[in-house]
Amino acid sequence: MSNEVNKIEYVSYLEHQGRFKGLKSWIFATDHKRIALLYMYAIAAFFFIGALLGLLMRFELIAPGETIMKAQTYNGLFTVHGVIMIFMVVIPGLSAVFGNFFLPILIGAKDVAFPRLNLFSWWIFVFGSVLAVASQFLKSGPPDTGWTFYAPYSTTTGTSVIIATTAAFILGFSSILTGLNFLVTVHQMRAPGMKFFNMPLFPWAIYATAWIQLLATPIVGITLLMLIAERLFGIGFFDPNLGGDPVLFQHLFWIYSHPAVYIMILPAMGVITEIVPTFCQRKVYGYKAIALSSLAIAGVGFLVWGHHMYTSGMSENARWFFSLLTFIVAVPSAIKVFNWISTMYKGSIDLKPPFLFALAFIFLFIIGGTTGLILGSVATNIQVHDTSFIVAHFHYIIFGGMGFAFFAAIHYWLPKMYGRLYNFRRANIACIIMFIGFNTLYFPQFVIGIQGMPRRYFDYLPQFQTGHMISTIGGVILIFGLFYMLINLIKGARKGPKAPANPWNGSTLEWQIPSPPSLENFDEPFEVKANPYDYK
Amino acid sequence: MMSEKVTHIEEHRDDAASKLGMWLFIFTELLLFGGLFLVYSIYRAQYPANFHEASLELSVTIGAVNTIVLLFSSMTIAMALTAMQKNNKKLALRLILVTLLMALVFLVNKYFEWGAKFHHGLYPGSDLMALLERGHLLYFSLYFFMTGLHAFHIIVGMILLIVVYFKVKNGSIHFEKYFLLENGALYWHLVDLIWIFLFPLMYLIT
Ligand code: HEM
Ligand SMILES: [Cu+2]
Repeated sequence: MSNEVNKIEYVSYLEHQGRFKGLKSWIFATDHKRIALLYMYAIAAFFFIGALLGLLMRFELIAPGETIMKAQTYNGLFTVHGVIMIFMVVIPGLSAVFGNFFLPILIGAKDVAFPRLNLFSWWIFVFGSVLAVASQFLKSGPPDTGWTFYAPYSTTTGTSVIIATTAAFILGFSSILTGLNFLVTVHQMRAPGMKFFNMPLFPWAIYATAWIQLLATPIVGITLLMLIAERLFGIGFFDPNLGGDPVLFQHLFWIYSHPAVYIMILPAMGVITEIVPTFCQRKVYGYKAIALSSLAIAGVGFLVWGHHMYTSGMSENARWFFSLLTFIVAVPSAIKVFNWISTMYKGSIDLKPPFLFALAFIFLFIIGGTTGLILGSVATNIQVHDTSFIVAHFHYIIFGGMGFAFFAAIHYWLPKMYGRLYNFRRANIACIIMFIGFNTLYFPQFVIGIQGMPRRYFDYLPQFQTGHMISTIGGVILIFGLFYMLINLIKGARKGPKAPANPWNGSTLEWQIPSPPSLENFDEPFEVKANPYDYK
Repeated sequence: MMSEKVTHIEEHRDDAASKLGMWLFIFTELLLFGGLFLVYSIYRAQYPANFHEASLELSVTIGAVNTIVLLFSSMTIAMALTAMQKNNKKLALRLILVTLLMALVFLVNKYFEWGAKFHHGLYPGSDLMALLERGHLLYFSLYFFMTGLHAFHIIVGMILLIVVYFKVKNGSIHFEKYFLLENGALYWHLVDLIWIFLFPLMYLIT
C-alpha cells in the first residue's frame, strides 16, 4: 500500500477494481454508470424480443384470414408485445439508462443520492421482467387482455393475468424507486454553484419525469392490486357481477397511464435538447421555456386521462373538458419543437449520426403529435377510436419519439460510455433505413384506420389488404435497419477507434471529463457554467 | 489492492437526502391509499344508504381501541427518537419495544374483528356476500381490502422497527447517527396516519 492516498490516478469505471470481480462486479455494482449499462443490456434484449413479436403479428396480418397463427395466439402476442414494450422498454428506457449514467455527471455529482437503492431498483426490475416473460409460458396460457388489462374481461379470463399484473406492479415499484432516487439526487447532489437554472436540460427533463413516476405510479399500483384481489378473493371492485364498476377501472388505469406516456417522452425531449445545440454549436433557444415546459407537461399531463375514454360512457361535460385540457397539454410540447427548430436557425449544422437521429425524431414526433390532436377532439376520436389509426399514432409517438430518441442518445453518448467511436457512415445508413422502414410500417395504418380497420383483430376485410401488405414490408425493412444499427454499435463499442474526451465539441459537463469517465466522474476540478450551452 | 476511492463512495452519507427520500416514499404510500379513498368516495356517493347500514355493523369500540393503541405507539416511537438524540440508548430500546407491543395489540384486535366477520360467513367470495345488496357488498369489499392492506403495512412497519431495534442494540444507530431510527419512526407515523383516515371512513361516518 502506498501512502499517497490523495493522488488519484485515472482508471476508467469499466476497468476499476472494486470489491468484486468478473460478473459480480457488475450485478452487484453500485456505480450509477455500471447500473446504467445493466439496464441498457436488459432493456435492449427485451426490445428485440418485443420487436420480433411485433413482426410476427405483422406476418399474420399480411393477408386476411388465418395466416400463420390462431386468433388466440394473436391475442397473446399483442398483449405480451404491449406489456414488454410499455412496462419493460419505454417506461424505464431513457431515464434508467441515460438518466442513470448522465444525470449525476451533468449536475457535477459523483453518483446518485442512493447508490444501493439504485442497484436494488435494477434487481426489482429484472425480477418483474422475469415474471412478465414467465406469464407467457404458464399452463393457463399467455394473458390475452392487451396491456391495458381492462375489466371485467381481465377479472374473468382464464389466462395468466395475475402473474402479468403482478409483474407490472413490481415493475412500477422499481420505477417509483428510480424516480425517488433521481429527485433526491437533483435536490441534494448538484455541484456547488450549480443552481436549478444552471442545470442542462436533460436533467430538467429527468427531474420532471421523476415527479410523474413518483406521483402517478402508486395509482396504477393500487389499481393492479385491486384487480389481483378481485381475481384471487372475489373482492368486487370492477366486475359488475360482484357489484363493481368496469368504467372505474378505466379511469384509475388512465390516471396513471396517460402521465406514463410523459414518463416515456419527456426524457426523450431532454435528449434531443442536448443534441440539437451541440450539433448546431449554438446556445439553446429559450432555455427557461424548455425547462418549465417540462414541468408544465408533467403537471397538466395528470388532468387529461379522460381522452382515452370518450366512448366508454362519460358525461358530455367531462368529454369536452378533457378535450380542452388535451389541447392545452399539446402547447408545451409544441413549444419544445419550436425551440429546437429556432436553435438550428443560423447554426453551423453538423450532420453527424446523433443529429440525424434527432432530426428523424422531430419529424416523427410532429406526425405523432398532430395526429394526437385528431384523437383529442371528441368528434374525430369517436370515428377512429380502436382502429389502427390509434396503433399508428402511438407508434409514431413512442417508437418514432422515444425509440428514435434512444437511438439518438446512444449515438451521442456511446463515445463517452465506452470510450470508443462507431462507424459514422453505417450509423447514418442505419438511420435512413429505419426511417424509411418506420414510415412504411406505420403510415399506411393511419389510412386503413380512417377507413375502419379495427385494432387488435387478427383478421380483416379484403379491402385493407394493400395497406397491411405495405405495412408488413415496412416492418421487415425496419427490423433489418435495427439489426444493422445494433451490429454497428456493438462493433464500435468493442473495437472502434478510441474516442477523445469531447468528440462533438459539446459544452456540457460530461465532455469535460475523460472518456470513459472514472469511478467518481470528477477527479479534477471542473467549471460550472452559468449557461450550460455557451457556444460562441 | 483496494483504492481509497471506493470506500469513499460506499461510506457516502447524507442525512438530509435520506430524510427527503423517506418523505417522498411516504407520499407514494399516501397516494396508494389515496387511490382507495377515491374509490371509496365514489361508491359511497353512489350508494349512501347501503354504506350507512353496512357501517353500523362494525364495532366502533374495537375501532376506537385500535385508534388509541396506534396513537399511543406513535407517541412511544417519537419518544424513542428523542431518547436516542439525548443518547439514552436503554430508554430508546425500551420505547421501541413498547411500540412493537402496541402494534401486536392492534393486530390481535384486528384478528378478532375479522374473525367474527368470518364466523358470520362474511368474507370475500362467501355465499353470504353474494346475497348482499350492491352497496353493502362494495362496502365490505372495501372494508376487507383497505383494512387488509393497512394491516400489511403494520407488519412491514414492525419488521422495519425490529431491524432498527437490533441496530440500536449493536450500536450502528447511535446518538450522532440516527436517521434510520428517524425514518423508521416516520414510516410508523404514516401507518398511524392512514388508520386515522380509515377509522372515521369505515366506522364513524354513518
Ligand atoms: C418502441 C417500440 C414499440 C413500442 C413501444 C410498441 C408498443 C406497442 C403497444 C403498446 C401496442 C398495443 C398493444 C395493444 O393494443 O394492447 C402495440 C401493438 C402492436 N405493435 Fe408495437 N411497439 C413497438 C414496436 C413495434 C414494432 C417494431 C412492430 C413491428 C415490426 C410493432 C408491431 C405492432 C403490432 C402489429 C401491434 C398490434 C396492434 C393491434 O392490433 O392492436 N410494434 N405496440
Ligand atoms: Cu393519454
